[in-house]
Amino acid sequence: MTSGTPARSGTERVVLDSSDISRALTRIAHEIIERNNGSADVVLLGIPTRGADLARRLGERVLQADERTDPLADVVGSIDITLHRDDLRRHPVRAIEPTTIPPAGVDDKIVVLVDDVLFSGRTVRAALDAVSDVGRPRAIQLAVLVDRGHRELPIRPDYVGKNLPTAAAEHVRVRLAEIDGVDEVAIDRTIGEDV
Amino acid sequence: MRHLLSAKDLSHDEAVAILDTAATMAATQQREIKKLPPLRGKTIVNLFFEDSTRTRISFEAAAKRLSADVINFSAKGSSVSKGESLKDTAQTLQAMGADGVIIRHAASGAPYRLATSGWIDAPVINAGDGKHQHPTQALLDAYTMRRHLQGENAGGADLSGFRVLVVGDVLHSRVARSNVDLLHTLGAHVTLVSPPTLLPVGVDRWPCAVSYDLDGAIAQGVDAIMMLRVQRERMSAAGGGFFPSPQEYSRKFGLDRNRLAALGPDALVMHPGPMNRGLEISAEAADSAQAVILEQVTNGVAVRMAVLYMLLGGSEGATGGAA
Repeated sequence: MTSGTPARSGTERVVLDSSDISRALTRIAHEIIERNNGSADVVLLGIPTRGADLARRLGERVLQADERTDPLADVVGSIDITLHRDDLRRHPVRAIEPTTIPPAGVDDKIVVLVDDVLFSGRTVRAALDAVSDVGRPRAIQLAVLVDRGHRELPIRPDYVGKNLPTAAAEHVRVRLAEIDGVDEVAIDRTIGEDV
Repeated sequence: MRHLLSAKDLSHDEAVAILDTAATMAATQQREIKKLPPLRGKTIVNLFFEDSTRTRISFEAAAKRLSADVINFSAKGSSVSKGESLKDTAQTLQAMGADGVIIRHAASGAPYRLATSGWIDAPVINAGDGKHQHPTQALLDAYTMRRHLQGENAGGADLSGFRVLVVGDVLHSRVARSNVDLLHTLGAHVTLVSPPTLLPVGVDRWPCAVSYDLDGAIAQGVDAIMMLRVQRERMSAAGGGFFPSPQEYSRKFGLDRNRLAALGPDALVMHPGPMNRGLEISAEAADSAQAVILEQVTNGVAVRMAVLYMLLGGSEGATGGAA
Protein backbone atom coordinates (compact mmCIF):
# COMPACT_ATOMS: atom_id res chain seq x y z
CA MET A 1 0.00 0.00 0.00
CA THR A 2 1.41 3.34 -0.99
CA SER A 3 0.42 6.79 0.03
CA GLY A 4 1.00 10.07 -1.71
CA THR A 5 1.89 9.73 -5.36
CA PRO A 6 1.40 6.14 -6.42
CA ALA A 7 4.32 4.22 -7.81
CA ARG A 8 2.72 3.19 -11.08
CA SER A 9 4.53 0.51 -13.01
CA GLY A 10 4.83 0.60 -16.79
CA THR A 11 2.37 -2.26 -17.13
CA GLU A 12 -0.50 -0.23 -15.68
CA ARG A 13 -3.32 1.35 -17.63
CA VAL A 14 -5.64 3.83 -15.92
CA VAL A 15 -9.26 3.05 -16.74
CA LEU A 16 -11.09 5.42 -14.39
CA ASP A 17 -9.81 8.80 -13.29
CA SER A 18 -10.95 10.99 -10.45
CA SER A 19 -13.91 12.54 -12.29
CA ASP A 20 -15.02 9.13 -13.62
CA ILE A 21 -15.08 7.80 -10.07
CA SER A 22 -16.94 10.84 -8.82
CA ARG A 23 -19.59 10.56 -11.57
CA ALA A 24 -20.01 6.83 -10.97
CA LEU A 25 -20.56 7.36 -7.24
CA THR A 26 -23.08 10.14 -7.86
CA ARG A 27 -24.99 7.91 -10.28
CA ILE A 28 -24.97 4.99 -7.83
CA ALA A 29 -26.24 7.27 -5.05
CA HIS A 30 -29.20 8.26 -7.24
CA GLU A 31 -29.82 4.65 -8.22
CA ILE A 32 -29.92 3.65 -4.55
CA ILE A 33 -32.54 6.32 -3.82
CA GLU A 34 -34.55 5.42 -6.90
CA ARG A 35 -34.53 1.68 -6.31
CA ASN A 36 -35.52 2.03 -2.65
CA ASN A 37 -38.11 4.82 -3.07
CA GLY A 38 -36.01 7.23 -1.05
CA SER A 39 -33.19 6.65 1.37
CA ALA A 40 -35.04 6.61 4.71
CA ASP A 41 -34.27 2.97 5.52
CA VAL A 42 -30.96 2.73 3.73
CA VAL A 43 -27.77 1.90 5.67
CA LEU A 44 -24.49 1.84 3.74
CA LEU A 45 -21.93 -0.60 5.13
CA GLY A 46 -18.46 -0.43 3.61
CA ILE A 47 -16.05 -3.35 3.59
CA PRO A 48 -12.69 -2.10 4.92
CA THR A 49 -10.52 -0.61 3.90
CA ARG A 50 -11.41 1.07 0.61
CA GLY A 51 -15.04 -0.01 0.68
CA ALA A 52 -15.44 1.92 3.93
CA ASP A 53 -14.19 5.11 2.27
CA LEU A 54 -16.43 4.55 -0.75
CA ALA A 55 -19.42 3.99 1.58
CA ARG A 56 -18.69 7.32 3.26
CA ARG A 57 -18.59 9.12 -0.10
CA LEU A 58 -21.76 7.38 -1.28
CA GLY A 59 -23.46 8.28 2.01
CA GLU A 60 -22.65 11.96 1.54
CA ARG A 61 -24.11 11.87 -1.97
CA VAL A 62 -27.22 9.96 -0.91
CA LEU A 63 -27.94 12.47 1.88
CA GLN A 64 -27.36 15.38 -0.47
CA ALA A 65 -29.46 13.96 -3.32
CA ASP A 66 -32.30 13.03 -0.98
CA GLU A 67 -32.06 16.46 0.71
CA ARG A 68 -31.47 15.06 4.18
CA THR A 69 -29.49 16.63 6.98
CA ASP A 70 -29.01 13.51 9.12
CA PRO A 71 -25.51 12.94 10.46
CA LEU A 72 -23.44 10.73 8.17
CA ALA A 73 -22.79 8.29 11.02
CA ASP A 74 -26.52 7.45 11.09
CA VAL A 75 -26.48 6.06 7.54
CA VAL A 76 -22.90 4.91 7.00
CA GLY A 77 -20.88 2.23 8.77
CA SER A 78 -18.25 -0.37 8.08
CA ILE A 79 -18.26 -4.11 8.54
CA ASP A 80 -15.24 -6.29 9.12
CA ILE A 81 -15.32 -9.58 7.26
CA THR A 82 -11.97 -11.00 8.38
CA LEU A 83 -13.43 -13.42 10.91
CA HIS A 84 -15.90 -14.74 8.31
CA ARG A 85 -13.44 -15.35 5.47
CA ASP A 86 -13.31 -18.84 4.01
CA ASP A 87 -9.55 -18.68 3.47
CA LEU A 88 -8.40 -17.76 7.00
CA ARG A 89 -6.51 -21.01 7.32
CA ARG A 90 -4.59 -20.52 4.09
CA HIS A 91 -2.91 -17.31 5.16
CA PRO A 92 -1.01 -15.92 8.11
CA VAL A 93 -3.24 -14.36 10.73
CA ARG A 94 -4.99 -11.28 9.38
CA ALA A 95 -5.57 -8.12 11.35
CA ILE A 96 -9.21 -7.45 12.16
CA GLU A 97 -10.67 -4.23 10.79
CA PRO A 98 -13.15 -2.11 12.73
CA THR A 99 -16.89 -2.67 12.50
CA THR A 100 -19.03 0.39 13.06
CA ILE A 101 -22.77 0.06 12.83
CA PRO A 102 -25.06 3.14 12.85
CA PRO A 103 -26.72 3.54 16.26
CA ALA A 104 -30.15 2.47 14.98
CA GLY A 105 -28.73 -0.89 13.93
CA VAL A 106 -29.55 -2.81 10.77
CA ASP A 107 -32.74 -4.62 11.80
CA ASP A 108 -35.45 -4.11 9.13
CA LYS A 109 -33.22 -1.68 7.22
CA ILE A 110 -32.02 -1.93 3.65
CA VAL A 111 -28.31 -2.58 3.93
CA VAL A 112 -26.19 -1.64 0.93
CA LEU A 113 -22.80 -3.35 1.12
CA VAL A 114 -20.09 -1.26 -0.52
CA ASP A 115 -16.78 -2.54 -1.85
CA ASP A 116 -14.21 -1.36 -4.34
CA VAL A 117 -13.80 -4.41 -6.59
CA LEU A 118 -16.14 -7.36 -7.11
CA PHE A 119 -14.11 -10.37 -8.21
CA SER A 120 -14.69 -13.92 -6.90
CA GLY A 121 -17.59 -12.89 -4.68
CA ARG A 122 -16.03 -14.52 -1.63
CA THR A 123 -15.59 -11.25 0.21
CA VAL A 124 -19.27 -10.48 -0.29
CA ARG A 125 -20.26 -13.92 0.94
CA ALA A 126 -18.25 -13.29 4.10
CA ALA A 127 -19.88 -9.87 4.43
CA LEU A 128 -23.35 -11.42 4.20
CA ASP A 129 -22.45 -13.67 7.14
CA ALA A 130 -20.99 -10.74 9.05
CA VAL A 131 -24.16 -8.67 8.55
CA SER A 132 -26.36 -11.48 9.83
CA ASP A 133 -24.30 -11.44 13.03
CA VAL A 134 -25.29 -7.84 13.75
CA GLY A 135 -28.95 -8.05 12.82
CA ARG A 136 -31.60 -8.98 10.30
CA PRO A 137 -31.97 -6.38 7.55
CA ARG A 138 -35.10 -6.26 5.37
CA ALA A 139 -32.88 -6.55 2.33
CA ILE A 140 -29.18 -6.53 1.49
CA GLN A 141 -27.94 -4.95 -1.73
CA LEU A 142 -24.45 -4.68 -3.18
CA ALA A 143 -22.70 -1.65 -4.65
CA VAL A 144 -19.22 -1.91 -6.16
CA LEU A 145 -17.04 0.59 -7.94
CA VAL A 146 -15.66 -2.03 -10.33
CA ASP A 147 -17.05 -5.39 -11.39
CA ARG A 148 -14.20 -7.29 -12.99
CA GLY A 149 -15.98 -10.63 -13.46
CA HIS A 150 -14.62 -14.11 -12.65
CA ARG A 151 -17.27 -14.91 -10.06
CA GLU A 152 -16.81 -18.10 -8.06
CA LEU A 153 -20.09 -17.82 -6.16
CA PRO A 154 -23.68 -17.01 -7.16
CA ILE A 155 -23.43 -13.34 -6.21
CA ARG A 156 -24.27 -10.33 -8.36
CA PRO A 157 -24.03 -6.60 -7.73
CA ASP A 158 -27.05 -4.26 -7.66
CA TYR A 159 -25.08 -1.11 -8.40
CA VAL A 160 -21.91 -1.05 -10.50
CA GLY A 161 -19.60 1.90 -11.14
CA LYS A 162 -17.97 0.24 -14.12
CA ASN A 163 -17.94 -3.23 -15.63
CA LEU A 164 -14.34 -3.99 -16.39
CA PRO A 165 -13.65 -7.12 -18.43
CA THR A 166 -10.31 -8.49 -17.24
CA ALA A 167 -8.18 -11.54 -17.52
CA ALA A 168 -7.99 -13.52 -14.28
CA ALA A 169 -4.24 -12.92 -14.08
CA GLU A 170 -4.57 -9.14 -14.33
CA HIS A 171 -4.88 -6.92 -11.28
CA VAL A 172 -7.33 -4.13 -10.72
CA ARG A 173 -5.85 -1.43 -8.53
CA VAL A 174 -8.30 0.96 -6.93
CA ARG A 175 -6.67 4.01 -5.39
CA LEU A 176 -8.61 6.44 -3.26
CA ALA A 177 -7.55 9.86 -2.07
CA GLU A 178 -8.19 8.92 1.59
CA ILE A 179 -5.61 6.12 1.50
CA ASP A 180 -3.51 6.49 -1.64
CA GLY A 181 -3.58 10.24 -2.16
CA VAL A 182 -5.22 9.96 -5.58
CA ASP A 183 -8.51 8.74 -7.06
CA GLU A 184 -8.05 6.26 -9.90
CA VAL A 185 -8.68 2.72 -11.07
CA ALA A 186 -5.96 0.99 -13.07
CA ILE A 187 -5.46 -2.41 -14.65
CA ASP A 188 -2.07 -3.97 -14.08
CA ARG A 189 -0.98 -6.74 -16.43
CA THR A 190 1.90 -8.00 -14.31
CA ILE A 191 1.32 -11.51 -13.15
CA GLY A 192 1.79 -12.15 -9.48
CA GLU A 193 0.10 -12.05 -6.10
CA ASP A 194 -3.17 -10.19 -5.93
CA VAL A 195 -3.44 -7.52 -3.30
CA MET B 1 4.44 -15.74 17.74
CA ARG B 2 3.68 -19.47 17.91
CA HIS B 3 3.13 -19.90 21.65
CA LEU B 4 2.31 -17.48 24.44
CA LEU B 5 4.52 -18.57 27.32
CA SER B 6 5.69 -15.34 28.91
CA ALA B 7 4.79 -11.67 28.75
CA LYS B 8 8.50 -11.06 28.31
CA ASP B 9 8.44 -12.73 24.88
CA LEU B 10 6.07 -10.13 23.45
CA SER B 11 7.56 -7.29 21.46
CA HIS B 12 6.03 -3.84 21.74
CA ASP B 13 4.31 -4.21 18.36
CA GLU B 14 2.99 -7.68 19.16
CA ALA B 15 1.59 -6.52 22.49
CA VAL B 16 -0.12 -3.50 20.90
CA ALA B 17 -1.50 -5.73 18.12
CA ILE B 18 -3.01 -8.07 20.72
CA LEU B 19 -4.61 -5.11 22.55
CA ASP B 20 -5.99 -3.76 19.26
CA THR B 21 -7.41 -7.16 18.33
CA ALA B 22 -8.88 -7.45 21.81
CA ALA B 23 -10.65 -4.12 21.29
CA THR B 24 -12.34 -5.41 18.12
CA MET B 25 -13.21 -8.65 19.91
CA ALA B 26 -14.69 -6.69 22.82
CA ALA B 27 -16.87 -4.76 20.38
CA THR B 28 -18.33 -8.01 19.03
CA GLN B 29 -19.23 -9.05 22.57
CA GLN B 30 -21.76 -6.22 22.83
CA ARG B 31 -23.84 -7.87 20.13
CA GLU B 32 -26.81 -10.12 20.56
CA ILE B 33 -24.96 -12.88 18.67
CA LYS B 34 -21.59 -13.13 20.34
CA LYS B 35 -20.27 -16.15 18.49
CA LEU B 36 -17.74 -15.68 15.69
CA PRO B 37 -16.60 -18.36 13.25
CA PRO B 38 -12.78 -18.16 12.86
CA LEU B 39 -11.83 -21.21 14.96
CA ARG B 40 -14.63 -23.45 13.71
CA GLY B 41 -13.50 -27.06 13.70
CA LYS B 42 -10.51 -26.47 16.01
CA THR B 43 -10.19 -28.28 19.31
CA ILE B 44 -8.71 -26.45 22.26
CA VAL B 45 -7.75 -28.23 25.46
CA ASN B 46 -7.92 -26.48 28.80
CA LEU B 47 -5.22 -28.33 30.71
CA PHE B 48 -5.52 -27.25 34.32
CA PHE B 49 -3.22 -28.90 36.83
CA GLU B 50 -4.03 -26.25 39.42
CA ASP B 51 -7.35 -24.94 40.69
CA SER B 52 -8.75 -21.99 38.84
CA THR B 53 -12.22 -20.72 38.28
CA ARG B 54 -12.07 -17.45 36.47
CA THR B 55 -9.11 -18.11 34.20
CA ARG B 56 -10.45 -21.47 33.06
CA ILE B 57 -13.97 -20.16 32.50
CA SER B 58 -12.58 -17.10 30.75
CA PHE B 59 -10.51 -19.18 28.34
CA GLU B 60 -13.42 -21.54 27.79
CA ALA B 61 -15.78 -18.66 27.01
CA ALA B 62 -13.21 -17.08 24.69
CA ALA B 63 -12.63 -20.31 22.77
CA LYS B 64 -16.33 -21.01 22.45
CA ARG B 65 -17.11 -17.47 21.27
CA LEU B 66 -14.65 -18.16 18.44
CA SER B 67 -16.48 -21.43 17.64
CA ALA B 68 -13.72 -23.76 18.82
CA ASP B 69 -14.53 -26.99 20.62
CA VAL B 70 -13.23 -26.99 24.18
CA ILE B 71 -12.12 -29.96 26.21
CA ASN B 72 -11.61 -29.28 29.89
CA PHE B 73 -9.01 -31.34 31.62
CA SER B 74 -8.43 -30.82 35.31
CA ALA B 75 -5.90 -32.81 37.25
CA LYS B 76 -8.41 -33.75 39.90
CA GLY B 77 -10.29 -36.87 38.91
CA SER B 78 -8.07 -37.40 35.87
CA SER B 79 -5.31 -39.81 35.03
CA VAL B 80 -2.88 -37.34 36.60
CA SER B 81 -4.19 -38.34 40.01
CA LYS B 82 -3.25 -41.87 38.99
CA GLY B 83 0.32 -40.73 38.44
CA GLU B 84 0.42 -39.90 34.74
CA SER B 85 3.30 -37.62 33.76
CA LEU B 86 3.00 -34.32 31.88
CA LYS B 87 4.64 -35.99 28.89
CA ASP B 88 2.08 -38.80 28.71
CA THR B 89 -0.80 -36.39 29.19
CA ALA B 90 0.55 -34.19 26.40
CA GLN B 91 1.02 -37.09 24.04
CA THR B 92 -2.50 -38.28 24.75
CA LEU B 93 -3.83 -34.83 23.83
CA GLN B 94 -1.71 -34.84 20.69
CA ALA B 95 -3.16 -38.21 19.71
CA MET B 96 -6.66 -36.81 20.24
CA GLY B 97 -5.90 -34.01 17.80
CA ALA B 98 -5.72 -30.93 20.00
CA ASP B 99 -5.14 -27.76 17.94
CA GLY B 100 -4.23 -25.63 20.93
CA VAL B 101 -3.37 -26.23 24.57
CA ILE B 102 -4.01 -23.84 27.42
CA ILE B 103 -2.05 -24.94 30.44
CA ARG B 104 -1.99 -23.97 34.09
CA HIS B 105 0.51 -25.76 36.26
CA ALA B 106 1.90 -25.35 39.76
CA ALA B 107 5.44 -25.81 38.45
CA SER B 108 7.14 -22.77 36.94
CA GLY B 109 8.22 -23.58 33.40
CA ALA B 110 5.73 -26.41 32.75
CA PRO B 111 4.24 -24.57 29.71
CA TYR B 112 7.72 -23.96 28.33
CA ARG B 113 8.53 -27.65 28.71
CA LEU B 114 5.30 -28.54 26.94
CA ALA B 115 5.95 -26.13 24.09
CA THR B 116 9.58 -27.01 23.45
CA SER B 117 9.78 -30.71 24.22
CA GLY B 118 8.34 -31.92 20.92
CA TRP B 119 5.62 -33.87 22.75
CA ILE B 120 2.92 -31.86 21.07
CA ASP B 121 2.65 -29.76 17.87
CA ALA B 122 -0.10 -27.41 18.97
CA PRO B 123 0.44 -23.84 20.14
CA VAL B 124 0.72 -23.61 23.92
CA ILE B 125 -0.77 -20.78 25.95
CA ASN B 126 0.42 -20.27 29.49
CA ALA B 127 -2.53 -19.70 31.82
CA GLY B 128 -0.30 -19.38 34.87
CA ASP B 129 2.69 -21.46 35.87
CA GLY B 130 3.85 -21.56 39.47
CA LYS B 131 5.48 -18.29 40.49
CA HIS B 132 6.62 -17.55 36.96
CA GLN B 133 4.21 -15.98 34.45
CA HIS B 134 0.55 -15.35 33.69
CA PRO B 135 0.74 -13.48 30.38
CA THR B 136 -2.97 -13.23 29.54
CA GLN B 137 -3.62 -11.66 32.96
CA ALA B 138 -1.02 -8.99 32.20
CA LEU B 139 -2.56 -8.44 28.77
CA LEU B 140 -6.04 -7.97 30.18
CA ASP B 141 -4.67 -5.61 32.84
CA ALA B 142 -2.88 -3.60 30.16
CA TYR B 143 -6.00 -3.60 28.00
CA THR B 144 -8.13 -2.35 30.91
CA MET B 145 -5.61 0.40 31.67
CA ARG B 146 -5.34 1.46 28.04
CA ARG B 147 -9.11 1.61 27.64
CA HIS B 148 -9.46 3.92 30.63
CA LEU B 149 -6.30 5.98 30.34
CA GLN B 150 -6.17 6.35 26.54
CA GLY B 151 -9.89 6.30 25.76
CA GLU B 152 -12.10 3.98 23.73
CA ASN B 153 -10.43 4.60 20.39
CA ALA B 154 -6.94 3.79 21.56
CA GLY B 155 -5.99 1.66 18.55
CA GLY B 156 -2.22 1.55 18.19
CA ALA B 157 -1.57 3.30 21.51
CA ASP B 158 0.59 1.95 24.32
CA LEU B 159 0.92 3.01 27.96
CA SER B 160 3.86 5.37 27.62
CA GLY B 161 4.29 7.67 30.56
CA PHE B 162 1.64 6.19 32.82
CA ARG B 163 2.56 5.35 36.40
CA VAL B 164 1.43 2.01 37.77
CA LEU B 165 1.83 0.69 41.33
CA VAL B 166 1.85 -3.06 41.87
CA VAL B 167 1.32 -3.62 45.58
CA GLY B 168 1.67 -6.66 47.78
CA ASP B 169 2.88 -10.21 47.58
CA VAL B 170 5.29 -9.97 44.66
CA LEU B 171 7.28 -13.00 45.79
CA HIS B 172 4.51 -15.50 45.08
CA SER B 173 2.91 -13.59 42.24
CA ARG B 174 3.14 -14.60 38.60
CA VAL B 175 0.73 -11.77 37.89
CA ALA B 176 3.28 -9.25 39.15
CA ARG B 177 6.07 -10.73 37.03
CA SER B 178 4.00 -10.74 33.85
CA ASN B 179 2.72 -7.24 34.51
CA VAL B 180 6.16 -5.79 35.14
CA ASP B 181 7.41 -7.27 31.87
CA LEU B 182 4.45 -6.24 29.75
CA LEU B 183 3.90 -2.79 31.26
CA HIS B 184 7.59 -2.07 30.79
CA THR B 185 7.36 -3.17 27.15
CA LEU B 186 4.37 -0.87 26.68
CA GLY B 187 6.25 2.09 28.13
CA ALA B 188 4.59 2.42 31.55
CA HIS B 189 6.56 3.26 34.69
CA VAL B 190 6.02 0.47 37.23
CA THR B 191 6.75 0.63 40.94
CA LEU B 192 6.50 -2.49 43.08
CA VAL B 193 5.43 -1.80 46.66
CA SER B 194 5.91 -4.64 49.08
CA PRO B 195 7.42 -5.61 52.41
CA PRO B 196 11.04 -6.70 51.83
CA THR B 197 10.12 -10.25 52.86
CA LEU B 198 7.66 -10.54 49.97
CA LEU B 199 10.10 -9.43 47.27
CA PRO B 200 12.00 -12.10 45.34
CA VAL B 201 15.78 -12.25 45.13
CA GLY B 202 16.97 -10.39 42.07
CA VAL B 203 14.08 -7.93 41.94
CA ASP B 204 16.65 -5.14 41.55
CA ARG B 205 17.26 -6.39 38.02
CA TRP B 206 13.59 -6.13 37.00
CA PRO B 207 12.64 -3.19 34.78
CA CYS B 208 10.81 -1.36 37.57
CA ALA B 209 11.28 0.64 40.74
CA VAL B 210 10.82 -0.85 44.22
CA SER B 211 9.45 0.80 47.33
CA TYR B 212 8.60 -0.34 50.85
CA ASP B 213 6.39 2.66 51.52
CA LEU B 214 2.91 2.63 50.00
CA ASP B 215 1.92 6.12 51.16
CA GLY B 216 5.12 7.60 49.77
CA ALA B 217 4.60 5.83 46.42
CA ILE B 218 1.00 7.06 46.19
CA ALA B 219 2.14 10.60 46.94
CA GLN B 220 4.25 10.60 43.77
CA GLY B 221 1.17 10.30 41.59
CA VAL B 222 -0.48 7.13 40.33
CA ASP B 223 -2.55 6.35 37.22
CA ALA B 224 -3.39 2.79 38.22
CA ILE B 225 -2.85 0.76 41.36
CA MET B 226 -2.88 -3.01 41.23
CA MET B 227 -3.42 -4.80 44.53
CA LEU B 228 -2.01 -8.31 44.56
CA ARG B 229 -3.67 -11.09 46.47
CA VAL B 230 -1.85 -12.21 49.59
CA GLN B 231 -1.41 -15.83 48.64
CA ARG B 232 -2.04 -17.43 52.00
CA GLU B 233 -2.16 -20.90 50.46
CA ARG B 234 1.50 -20.47 49.58
CA MET B 235 2.37 -19.48 53.15
CA SER B 236 2.00 -21.27 56.45
CA ALA B 237 -0.53 -20.00 58.99
CA ALA B 238 -0.71 -16.30 59.94
CA GLY B 239 1.64 -15.06 57.29
CA GLY B 240 4.23 -17.79 57.64
CA GLY B 241 6.95 -15.43 58.78
CA PHE B 242 6.53 -13.13 55.80
CA PHE B 243 4.82 -10.51 57.93
CA PRO B 244 4.05 -10.29 61.68
CA SER B 245 0.26 -10.37 61.38
CA PRO B 246 -2.46 -9.86 58.77
CA GLN B 247 -3.50 -6.71 60.66
CA GLU B 248 -0.06 -5.19 60.34
CA TYR B 249 0.14 -6.12 56.66
CA SER B 250 -3.22 -4.55 56.06
CA ARG B 251 -2.23 -1.38 57.92
CA LYS B 252 1.00 -0.91 55.96
CA PHE B 253 0.15 -2.32 52.51
CA GLY B 254 -3.65 -2.51 52.33
CA LEU B 255 -5.70 -0.15 50.18
CA ASP B 256 -7.90 1.49 52.81
CA ARG B 257 -10.13 4.56 52.82
CA ASN B 258 -7.35 7.09 53.42
CA ARG B 259 -5.13 5.71 50.69
CA LEU B 260 -8.07 5.56 48.30
CA ALA B 261 -8.65 9.27 48.97
CA ALA B 262 -4.95 10.01 48.50
CA LEU B 263 -5.01 8.30 45.11
CA GLY B 264 -7.54 10.76 43.79
CA PRO B 265 -10.67 9.89 41.84
CA ASP B 266 -8.96 9.25 38.49
CA ALA B 267 -6.60 6.47 39.52
CA LEU B 268 -7.77 3.00 38.55
CA VAL B 269 -8.08 0.43 41.32
CA MET B 270 -7.29 -3.05 40.01
CA HIS B 271 -7.07 -6.54 41.47
CA PRO B 272 -6.51 -9.82 39.63
CA GLY B 273 -8.89 -11.64 41.98
CA PRO B 274 -9.91 -13.43 44.01
CA MET B 275 -9.79 -10.66 46.62
CA ASN B 276 -9.08 -10.98 50.32
CA ARG B 277 -11.38 -8.17 51.38
CA GLY B 278 -10.09 -6.48 54.49
CA LEU B 279 -6.54 -7.75 53.95
CA GLU B 280 -4.94 -6.25 50.83
CA ILE B 281 -7.99 -4.24 49.79
CA SER B 282 -10.83 -2.72 51.79
CA ALA B 283 -14.41 -3.32 50.74
CA GLU B 284 -14.72 0.42 50.23
CA ALA B 285 -11.91 0.48 47.70
CA ALA B 286 -13.04 -2.72 45.98
CA ASP B 287 -16.57 -1.37 45.50
CA SER B 288 -15.58 2.21 44.68
CA ALA B 289 -16.46 3.85 41.38
CA GLN B 290 -12.82 3.85 40.30
CA ALA B 291 -12.45 0.09 40.81
CA VAL B 292 -12.32 -1.77 37.50
CA ILE B 293 -12.03 -5.24 39.02
CA LEU B 294 -15.14 -6.69 37.39
CA GLU B 295 -14.28 -5.03 34.11
CA GLN B 296 -10.93 -6.83 34.23
CA VAL B 297 -12.89 -10.09 34.21
CA THR B 298 -15.01 -8.95 31.25
CA ASN B 299 -11.95 -7.78 29.34
CA GLY B 300 -10.25 -11.10 30.07
CA VAL B 301 -12.58 -12.85 27.64
CA ALA B 302 -11.89 -10.35 24.84
CA VAL B 303 -8.12 -10.47 25.42
CA ARG B 304 -8.11 -14.28 25.42
CA MET B 305 -10.20 -14.28 22.24
CA ALA B 306 -7.54 -12.06 20.68
CA VAL B 307 -4.71 -14.36 21.80
CA LEU B 308 -6.51 -17.49 20.58
CA TYR B 309 -7.32 -15.86 17.25
CA MET B 310 -3.75 -14.68 16.73
CA LEU B 311 -2.22 -18.05 17.61
CA LEU B 312 -4.77 -20.33 15.96
CA GLY B 313 -6.64 -18.21 13.41
CA GLY B 314 -4.15 -18.38 10.57
CA SER B 315 -2.61 -21.11 8.50
CA GLU B 316 -0.66 -23.89 10.17
CA GLY B 317 2.78 -22.72 11.20
CA ALA B 318 2.25 -19.28 9.69
CA THR B 319 3.85 -16.62 11.78
CA GLY B 320 3.66 -13.67 9.38
CA GLY B 321 4.12 -10.95 11.97
CA ALA B 322 2.00 -10.24 15.01
CA ALA B 323 -0.96 -8.91 13.13
